[in-house]
Parts: sequence; structure tokens; C-alpha cells
Amino acid sequence: MDHRPQAWGRPRDDVYGAYDHSYMQENGPKQNTQQPIVTGTSVIGIKFKDGVVIAADNLASYGSLARFTDVKRLRPFADSSILGFSGDISDMQYLDRHLTELSLSEAYESPDKPRLNAANLHRYLSKLLYNRRSKFDPLWNHLLVGGLDDNGEPFLAAADLLGSTYSAPSLATGFGAMLAQPIMRRYVPDEESAKKLTREEAVDIVKEAMKVLFYRDARSLDTYSLAVVTKDGVELKEDEKLENQSWAFADRIKGYGTQTV
Amino acid sequence: MFRNNYDNDSVTFSPQGRIFQIEYAGEAVKQGSVVVGIASKTHVGLFAVKRNAEELSSYQKKLFEIDEHTAIAIAGLTSDARVLSNFMKQQCLGHRLTYGRPMPIHTLVGQIGEKAQINTQVYGKRPYGVGLLVAGVDENGPHLFEFQPSGMTEEMVAFAIGARSQMARTYLERNIESFADCSKEELVKHGLRALKESLVQDKELTVENTSVGLVGLKEGPNGRPSVEPFKLYDGFETKEWIESVSESQGGEGEGEGEGEGETAAAGDGDGMEVDS
Repeated sequence: MDHRPQAWGRPRDDVYGAYDHSYMQENGPKQNTQQPIVTGTSVIGIKFKDGVVIAADNLASYGSLARFTDVKRLRPFADSSILGFSGDISDMQYLDRHLTELSLSEAYESPDKPRLNAANLHRYLSKLLYNRRSKFDPLWNHLLVGGLDDNGEPFLAAADLLGSTYSAPSLATGFGAMLAQPIMRRYVPDEESAKKLTREEAVDIVKEAMKVLFYRDARSLDTYSLAVVTKDGVELKEDEKLENQSWAFADRIKGYGTQTV
Repeated sequence: MFRNNYDNDSVTFSPQGRIFQIEYAGEAVKQGSVVVGIASKTHVGLFAVKRNAEELSSYQKKLFEIDEHTAIAIAGLTSDARVLSNFMKQQCLGHRLTYGRPMPIHTLVGQIGEKAQINTQVYGKRPYGVGLLVAGVDENGPHLFEFQPSGMTEEMVAFAIGARSQMARTYLERNIESFADCSKEELVKHGLRALKESLVQDKELTVENTSVGLVGLKEGPNGRPSVEPFKLYDGFETKEWIESVSESQGGEGEGEGEGEGETAAAGDGDGMEVDS
């Protein structure tokens, strides 16, 4: 019996042999992130006349394994902006802690009103991501930032692991860029049509797009988070379920598996 | 013989609990020519009397723009102010780059306060020999801050630092109630009258030696307040303002200065004496 607390709960040396510490990489070259490990799939967002709707499912995949099914990938900031993370989950958790610090120091400087709006936040994150990729140690994420800009207009923009940024009335990351973006673009091809869109319409479009993503993206889940940001703040629902699914189309799909057509 | 043993460096306390180097730095501020700052609900004004080293030389600048939305007035060692002003300019630029917004004034003043305080606690360093008035606007409105070589910073409604600034402060204290609702023009008149209070007998405000700086908020598109960028008024741009506070019109002309009729008249008396 080994009475040292350090040894408690560990495999016994006399049974399994000494632990091979070389796996811990205690010395050796410093390694940067080479690839994402636990990942979140698409985030989608759309602007409407008073704000932004944004959604992401609650799945964190480990390769093709649906490893964690309750990971919330939407994060409010200062109750005035929303962030959606796709890509590496551990880097998302790092960014989450970092942003908690940022919002605390901002709240300390200006307790009565939030000062960093979505546009400021997006600019900051893009610089952070670019800074990290320049160290060859990128934060392996693709972000959507939603909220209001300096003039109180709806704001939606993306930032990726290279520090690239872009903005559009509707945005989607990952698989969503192929599958959801064309659907959303049918409704909001330009800023003018986004200005006419009501909140209910925007939510319905996003729900429809999430359903298509669940049908066709093998790394997705039917429980998801959905947030609506307006001047009144962030309304975040983290346990939405896809409704009225129909897999009738499935048996018409051919060209893979055991079919012999 | 009677040498002070406790003023050799900025990290040693005297037995009375004082740090002389910091107090000496405070004296350097009092040697600089006077600067006044006043904040209203919409604007902040900075006012300064410039000095020339000799008759043939130009006047040393006293007001400096830091960024579109903020500026400083300096009293003390100009070369130390240069270091601080360069630092502030860089910080403001960096903040614009990373956040895409103008730097909040409180944050900016906090940074120079921190920087100056370190100089008072590290062996081999010396305090800055300059005091600043920092004026600016941010999302919480107009702000005026005082900065001292000790690293002390404090938000003010109105303040004056530099030579004989106590006279200007007395004027400001007498009129403090009226500043909040002042228009731009009224702010300038109060500022220049406060400056006049601090002048020595045979000196006057002239277009050569007077600087006025204004920054504030204006009505922007869609009704939100937007920044009215800092503007420095020098030379002939200050002519009308100087005239409006010099002659006897302080009491009669415009109605803005009812309360300080006597003050203006007194100042006016001084001016007459010098002229004759």
C-alpha cells in the first residue's frame, strides 16, 4: 500500500510497472496546435430588422464520434452581443475564459453601461486570432459575432483562425457555408431585404436551416442553441429541439452503402 | 551643513513620512505657466497662457491633441510632457486598432497614472516633472482629469495647474455651479477669465500668448451624440474671445456674466493700469 496522496487512484507500479512519463512531453520541442481535436460543427446567423438571430447545435465531436452532446457553443457577451464558436472546443473554452476576463475588466471600468459592442468585440477577436496564427499557434475556431454596431444597427460578422474577417446579412461557418447559406440567402440576398425581415421570419429561417444541417451533416445534432440579439439584450435558449423532421427523402438517396442499383 | 538627507532619491521616506523628490516634482509643475480646464455637460475646454523664453523667440505650445476625442494641457517640464504625450498618442492609436473605438478617457488617464507612479517607487528613476489636464469625450460624456507627477489622477469639474493657479481655482470655485449648462462660448469666457485671474500685474492675454482648445459632443445622425473632434484655437482665432473678456463689456454687453460683473470689472481695472 502506498500512502502517498500523489499515488492515490493511479495504477500501481508493482502491478503495471512505472508510469511512462515521456508521454507528458516534459522536455522536447514545444508543439503548437496542429489540428483541432474535439470539434463543433456549423454556426449560422442571420440579420433581421431589429437585430440578429444565431444558432449552433450542442454537439462536440471527437473525430466522427458524437462525444459530448451538451456543449453550449453560443456565448453572450456583456448582455449585448452573442458569439458562436465552431472548430476546436478547447480553444473555444480558452476564448470563453479570456472573454470573461475582458468583460469583467470592462464592467469594472464602466459599471453603468456596457461599452464594447459587437463591432468592437469582433475587431478585438479578429486581432487576437491573427496574433495567434502569426505565432504559428492558431486558435482553431471560426467565429460568428452578432449584436449591434456603433450606430445601433444590426451587426453580424465572421472571424476565422487566420484572422480573416467578413460580413454579410447571413453567415454560416463550416458545413453550414455550403448547406445553410444558400437557403438563408434566398430570404436575405442583400441588406435591404434584411431590413424588412421580421424577428419571427428570421427565427423560422434559422430553424429550417438547422434542420437541413441535421439531415445532411454527419457531425451534427438535433438539440441546439438559438439566440436572438436586439437592443433589449440577448435572449438565449440552449435546449431547442428540431421539430417536424421528415426523413422521407432518405430512401431516395442512392450511390453509397450496400445498395446494388 | 543643513543638507536634506532624504531627498537624494524618489524611494526613500523622510522620518516625517514624506518623499521629497515627489514634492520637488510637484514644485516643477508650479513653475510652469498656468493652464485651466472646464467641463460642461457637452464640452470640455482647455485654456493656457504660453510663455516665450525671450522676446525674439516663439511661444512654447501648451495644448496638445492626443487623439480625435482627447487632448492635454501641460504645466511643468515640456520635455517630460513630450514623453507622456507620445505614450498617450500610441495608446489611443493602439486602442483604435484593436477595438475599433476611441479610448475611454478614464482608461487613458489610468495608464499614465500607473506609468508615473512606477517612477516614484523604483530606485534610479525620477518622477515626471509635469502636471497635465486631460480633456476628452467618450460614451459617458465629457471628462476633465487632473494628473500629478506623483501618479495621482482625479476627475474634475474644473481645474487649474501651474504658476499662480490658486487664483484661477478661486475663480472656478466661485462659478462652479454655472459650468454644467454652459455653451461653448460661455465655457471659453469662463476659461479666459480664470486665466486672467492668475496673470501677474503687468501681463495680459494677447493673441500671441493665449491658447484655447475645445472638444465635445454634437448631435450626430439618427439623434445619437457623436464626437466633435478636438480643435485648437491659436493666434487670431482667439482675438474675439480675448476682446470679449478684456474691455468693460463684461458687465453690460452680453448677458452671460451677470454673477461675475464685479470680477470682470476688477480684471478690467488691472488691464487699464497696464495700458496707461
